[in-house]
Amino acid sequence: MLASVRIAGLAAAQWQALAFEERLATGLFLPLALLPVAAQVLGGYLLVIGERAMILGIAALSLQFLIGVAGLISFGHAAFLGIGAYAAGILASHGYGTLALALPAAILSCALFALLTGSIAVRTRGVYFIMITLAFGQMAFFVATSLAPYGGDDGLTWPSRTLAFGTRVLKTETVFYYVALASLGGVYVLMGRLVGSRFGRVLRGLTDNERRMEAIGFAPYPYRLAAYVMAGATCGLAGFLLGNEVEFVSPAYMHWQRSGELILMVLLGGSGTRYGPIVGAIVYLLLEESLARFTEHWKVILGPLLVVLVLFGRGGIAGIVERWRLGELSLVTLWAASTTAARTQRERVMRGLRRAEAMGAGVLDRTIPRAKASAAAFAARWRQCTMSVGEAVVSLVLSVERSISTAIARWRRR
Amino acid sequence: MPTSLILVQLFNGLQFGVLLFLVAAGLTLVFGVMDFINLAHGVQYMLGAYLAVAFYRLTGSFFAAAALALPASLLFGLVLEVVVLRRLYARDHLEQVLATFGVILFLNQGVKIVWGAAPLNMGLPELLSGSVPLIEGLRYPVYRFAIIGVGLAVAGGLYVFVNHTRLGMLVRAGASNAAMISALGVDIKRLFTIVFGFGAMLAGLAGIMVAPILSVEPGMGDQVLILAFVVIVIGGIGSIRGAFVAALLVGVIDTLGRSFLTDALRLVLPPSPARVIGPALASMAIYLLMAAILALRPAGLFPAKGRA
Repeated sequence: MLASVRIAGLAAAQWQALAFEERLATGLFLPLALLPVAAQVLGGYLLVIGERAMILGIAALSLQFLIGVAGLISFGHAAFLGIGAYAAGILASHGYGTLALALPAAILSCALFALLTGSIAVRTRGVYFIMITLAFGQMAFFVATSLAPYGGDDGLTWPSRTLAFGTRVLKTETVFYYVALASLGGVYVLMGRLVGSRFGRVLRGLTDNERRMEAIGFAPYPYRLAAYVMAGATCGLAGFLLGNEVEFVSPAYMHWQRSGELILMVLLGGSGTRYGPIVGAIVYLLLEESLARFTEHWKVILGPLLVVLVLFGRGGIAGIVERWRLGELSLVTLWAASTTAARTQRERVMRGLRRAEAMGAGVLDRTIPRAKASAAAFAARWRQCTMSVGEAVVSLVLSVERSISTAIARWRRR
Repeated sequence: MPTSLILVQLFNGLQFGVLLFLVAAGLTLVFGVMDFINLAHGVQYMLGAYLAVAFYRLTGSFFAAAALALPASLLFGLVLEVVVLRRLYARDHLEQVLATFGVILFLNQGVKIVWGAAPLNMGLPELLSGSVPLIEGLRYPVYRFAIIGVGLAVAGGLYVFVNHTRLGMLVRAGASNAAMISALGVDIKRLFTIVFGFGAMLAGLAGIMVAPILSVEPGMGDQVLILAFVVIVIGGIGSIRGAFVAALLVGVIDTLGRSFLTDALRLVLPPSPARVIGPALASMAIYLLMAAILALRPAGLFPAKGRA
């Protein structure tokens, strides 16, 4: 008993000592590391969802490096997931499914594809880049569907998971889970180093002000191409893991909607941070899981959610966290915003009411008596309606706000 | 290879290219004038086809269905613009992509709920269901000729509209500097709505015309959308002329590649690798074309004037 209190105290002291970045990483990775324990109690499917979330988190993290750091919006990133999985899967189907061969093959083939397509795509900017990466992604998709010896449309079933050091150790779900976790952690650290390095700072500089960077002697093309290749290779690792998880690969991995989902994960989590994409991947998977349980037509709900996210959710989840941390977002400001909204709404209603009454009383008086009557009836009905529901809510909110502000004013005077 | 077969595939490619042009024209106009990347454009094509089938079931006549579906798809485009898309013009491209991606998910699934996931079919109109002799011993369906004819007519009409009318002048001005013409007193918001509705209607028209010859199913617009992107990237974003040339190029190359590439490879390769490489290369052909053109001209074949 005493020992556990002491441990808790030590943990709290440790937590206090951590910087914000470190706290975030701990808050993210500690639950992930403990998930297999929870899965023992709650069921094995948690493990599968966790694996999937971490693998997609790697992919989203590599895309975030492109979007958030290099300023390259790739809409064909899912192609790398597929290429990585196909490279390892094809080797496995020929009996070469060992870690020493399959993993480098997956990463290098993605790097090669990124180099070939990137050498053309990176020459362009903005919307051209979006469309070209989309087209190249689609090209990879169609090539995969026409790979008749490797399953074509139906996909390729792997003979087994990749052999690690001659053993089937990856077949154990918990081991594979921790391999995925270690990969995610490795990529997370690596990306942090990369962003902080000279290379990363040049990339950010190019995103912020290309002309100025060129003026001081940095050519954009090689830096951006290198970033594109690195992101592609990293996503190849995710593809390798994804193929291993289900022991299967199909062209559907590269479908352009997958690329869209990856962008969604990045933006949902927040494209300016490293933890954002991982959180985004987790939240997206949970969202998909719960919505799909709710209705088979879950995309009907997801679609409008996306629109709302874009219109109102600036900066994604990371943006909310950041605003909360900076104190911009507190209960007080939320309350202030809602009362302002209520007040403007009330004003708008009153204005409409006055206009309708004016029409009923004056303007139409001389012209058409019938229209006058209907306008008056309309005004009456509107008044009744707004009084009953809208006005009631608004006046309630306003009265509460008034009493609170008078209480605060009284307290201040004291 | 018989010449007649090549001729038939050439016409098929032309017909495909014309359809691509109808979709790409709206996309390139919307992008040119509003700097707005609209992924939901392919959905409008799909919706045109669905509306045509729905009205066909209601009226039993292709022409009545087309006459009703065209204004309906225009109306739908306008509603979409006013309700959602208008709010996105000022946002950056990434957000536009994500929001219109959401619109796609919603509408693809919505169509599935309303009309079911199974593909729908509708009959050819009586008047256009025959075929005409092309050369000795070779007949070609009238309906496909009709598609080519309508597409070319729309292309001609667009040319006149953009280059010789007042509204077309505003469209061109908007494409080179929207802020400036807004400052000169043009109601830019209304111009945007008109252009968007017009583009949606063109995509809808393409959908209506393919409804009798393709199966109408959810997601049918996605593939066309991506090809339309390839078309406007090749043609130069914002350029109608570029979209026309590139659409025909893509249509013909894609069709010919799919029909003849495997056989052509067999001339130089043993049959079994040819059977594998042929289809793969055929599906890559237009993307390789795009890559080659971009390597030579990064802004496309006919970059729109006045655009940095």
